[in-house]
Amino acid sequence: MSKINSYIQQFLHNFFHNYIMEVGRVSVFFYESIRWWFKKPSRFKEVIYHMEFVGNGSLVIIFLTGAFTGLVFAFQAWIGLSIVNADNLVGPVTGLAVARELGPVLTGLIISARAGGAMAARLGTMRVTEQIDALDVMGVDAKNYLVAPRILASILSTPLLCAFFDFVAMIGAYILVAYIIKLDPAVFVAKLKMFVQPRDINEGLFKASIFGAIFSTICTYKGYNTKGGAKGVGDATNYGVVASMVTIIILDYFLTKIVAMFDAGTLRL
Amino acid sequence: MYAIEIKNLQMRFGENEPVLKGIDLQILKGAITFVIGFSGTGKSVLLKNIIGIYKPTGGDIEVLGKSCSHLSPTEKIEMRKKFGVLFQGAALFDDHSVIQNVMFPLNEHRKDLKRNDRYEIAKSRLLSVGIEEKHFKKLPAEISGGMQKRVGLARAIALDPEILVYDEPTTGLDPILTEMVDNLIVETQGHREGLTTVVVSHDLTAAFRLANYIAMLDSGKVLLYGTPEEFLASQNPLVRKFVDKGIHRK
Repeated sequence: MSKINSYIQQFLHNFFHNYIMEVGRVSVFFYESIRWWFKKPSRFKEVIYHMEFVGNGSLVIIFLTGAFTGLVFAFQAWIGLSIVNADNLVGPVTGLAVARELGPVLTGLIISARAGGAMAARLGTMRVTEQIDALDVMGVDAKNYLVAPRILASILSTPLLCAFFDFVAMIGAYILVAYIIKLDPAVFVAKLKMFVQPRDINEGLFKASIFGAIFSTICTYKGYNTKGGAKGVGDATNYGVVASMVTIIILDYFLTKIVAMFDAGTLRL
Repeated sequence: MYAIEIKNLQMRFGENEPVLKGIDLQILKGAITFVIGFSGTGKSVLLKNIIGIYKPTGGDIEVLGKSCSHLSPTEKIEMRKKFGVLFQGAALFDDHSVIQNVMFPLNEHRKDLKRNDRYEIAKSRLLSVGIEEKHFKKLPAEISGGMQKRVGLARAIALDPEILVYDEPTTGLDPILTEMVDNLIVETQGHREGLTTVVVSHDLTAAFRLANYIAMLDSGKVLLYGTPEEFLASQNPLVRKFVDKGIHRK
């Protein structure tokens, strides 16, 4: 029994030790990268290029996910609210859930998988084929050229995608209410306006930009530090995407708590 | 005068056994120096220390009389501009065309030139290594391995470096391409006065044909440094084994 206890203790110690060390390394990597935002040479063209990749390139998938999320959430809300005869609240319930949680979290998860995976794979391939070393020996800081523009582009693009997700999801919910379950669309819109405030949308957009920073930092970190050949690239992509997704979901809880404490006035900076 | 002076260079990764255990080596300016040795003797690690990718855990490297130990980021960039490196796999940017690859260092460091002038410099470098204009807009994946090496060399000499470093330039190439790359090394050296060339290689035939000096590494130290003639005359058993096997295989 004591052997099992000591094994579990050792396992937990190693797990948390490694986890904390990795968080530290990622934080240092983030700092070393973003300080290039304020230094020359500026990489404006690269930021625009990556915004196009992260943002524009994700519109179709965000459109599909947003539309069906709005549809299905409004449908489930209607089923539940009908029980207590409150089906005129389908609009605000869906609106609040989408603006505060579903929009930023699902956008973060989808973009982590699509753009984050691509970032990790791209940088990983560049590492194992010595392209990053080539940049370094040409006197070009790889973090300045490869990492900083990707992180900035993700921070700027993810809230825009989240806003698009919110809009499409509410259109989906409206279509369900107006044409499928045949409730009064005017009530849907009126209640939505009454209960969903700009600060709810801002909360979602704020979370989305944090999630953009999280997935781009983790995925570029994993790609940048890839070791080995094709297997290393695969591992970096896999770990990058999984770690980003898990971090986004865990962090969402804490961000929600922080925003709620701000709203309640119990947290002041 | 020495182009590169390596003093008691040590390198270890984490808690593992040191890869370099005190390398002392002086690479003469204007000469072709080959660094040879069995696999796992630290050749590539030495090369990456010289070009600044790795930071040594002990000792110092002086490049053109300046120590690399405590350089500021700006000084580091200036130091790296003195080097041109041809990587083993050419390391071309796969989303850049051939001409964009060669223009890349010029775009980064010669912003004082007009875009057209940078293009002309890149074009002249590519033509000097035998890449015709019809290939300029191709991506690296669309040209052969030999051409990739030549484009890599054109990129390495784009900024007129004072030191040119080749990492295993002929590994994995057929005999015809090997000879082509060997000739490129000699031609590039011949066309640029005062250029110092360092080649990390297994290719003994090329070393004896091209090198002014050869350094052989063993177990993280310099086993022998001298002219090709001194190498052939050496009675050191490890040198003899390497030379005999290499020449026999060729």
